[in-house]
Amino acid sequence: MELAIGIILGCCALGAGMAMIAGIGPGIGEGNAVAKACEAIGRQPESKGAVTSTMLMGCAIAETTGIYALVIAILLIFVAPNILVDILVETMQSL
Amino acid sequence: MAAINRKFKVLDAFYIAMMILPILCGIVLQVLTKPQSEGITLTGARIFFTIPMPIQNFPVTEAQVNSAIVMISIFFLCLYLTHGMKEHIELKRQHFAELIVEKVDALVKDNMGEYFMGYSAFVISILALSAFSSLLSLFGLFPPTSDVNIVGGWAILVFFLIMYYKLKCGPLYYLKGLTEPVPLLAPINLISELSTPISMAFRHYGNVLSGTVISILLATALGGLSSLVLGSLPGILGDIPLFQIGIPAVLSIYFDVFSGCLQAFIFAMLTMMNISSGFPLEEYRKRQLKKKA
Repeated sequence: MELAIGIILGCCALGAGMAMIAGIGPGIGEGNAVAKACEAIGRQPESKGAVTSTMLMGCAIAETTGIYALVIAILLIFVAPNILVDILVETMQSL
Repeated sequence: MAAINRKFKVLDAFYIAMMILPILCGIVLQVLTKPQSEGITLTGARIFFTIPMPIQNFPVTEAQVNSAIVMISIFFLCLYLTHGMKEHIELKRQHFAELIVEKVDALVKDNMGEYFMGYSAFVISILALSAFSSLLSLFGLFPPTSDVNIVGGWAILVFFLIMYYKLKCGPLYYLKGLTEPVPLLAPINLISELSTPISMAFRHYGNVLSGTVISILLATALGGLSSLVLGSLPGILGDIPLFQIGIPAVLSIYFDVFSGCLQAFIFAMLTMMNISSGFPLEEYRKRQLKKKA
C-alpha cells in the first residue's frame, strides 16, 4: 500500500517535471519575437508603439503552449495525487 | 439650479458607494467563511452551498459570487461615468467615458471592420469584466478568472458567436469550407474549430492561475528563508518577516496588474479576430445581392 502511494506521488512529480519541458518552446519563440521587435524599433523608432503592442500580443499567443504545460503540471502536483490515492484506497477496501 | 446640482451629488455618492460596497461585502464574506489554516495553502474556489438539480447538483462557488461582485461594481461604475451627460461637457468623467467609447470604437473598426461596429459594446464589456476580475486579487479576494469554469463560460459564448457568423452563409458553404484545401484534412479542420474555445479559456485561466501559484510558492519560500536567517534570534526578533516585506508586492504588480490587464486585452482581441475572420463577408454580400435580384 505504501509502495503504491509512493509510486503514485513519484510518478505525478516526474510527469509534472516532464510536462514543463514544453517551456523551452515558448522561451525560444518569445526571445525571437522580442529580438526582432528590438531590431524593428532600432530601424524605425517612430513605430515603437505599434511594434510594442503587436509584440505583446504575439508573445501572449506564443505563450499558449507553455501555459498548457503549466496547467497540466499544476494539476499533476496539486490535484491528481489526491484523486489517484482516493481511487487506490477505495479499490483496496473493496478487494 | 443649486438644488439640482446637490441632487446629482447625492446620486454620485450613491453610485460610488455601490461600486465599493460589493467589494467590501466580498471581503467580509471571505473573512467570515475562510477556514483558519496553518501557513499558506493552495486551494481552488471554495463551494459555499449546492443547489440540488435534476441532472447534476449546482454548486455556488466563490468564483461565481466574486464575478457577480465584479458585475455589480462595473454596472455602477458605468452609471457613475455616464449619468448627467450633456452635449456641452461640464463634468470631467464625461470626457473619460467618451474617451473609452472612442478608443473601443476605433479598436473594433481596426480589427473587425465596419460591418461589426455593433460589437464594440460586447467587446468592452468582456474586456472590462475580465480586467476587473483579475484586478480583484489586489483586494485579497479570489479572482474569478483563475477558475476555468468562469473563463470557459465566456469562451463558449464567443464560440457560439463565431459559429453563428460562420453558418450565416448556410451550413453547406460552411461544410465546404471544412474540406479545404483537401478533403483528407477535414477531421483536422474540425478539431481546430473545436479547439478555439478550449484554447481561449485555457490561455486566460492558465496565465492568471500560474501567477497565483507562483506568488504563493514565492511567499512560502521567502517565509522559510526569513525564518532560516532570523530564526535563531530570541523572542520576537525571530518572528520578523524580513524577506516578505516588499518583494511579493513587486511580483504582484507583474502578475496581478500587468498580466491581468494584458490577458483581458488579448481575450478581447482574440474574440474580435475570431468573429470577424470566421465571417465570409464578401460571399454574404454576394448572396444578399442575388436574393434582391
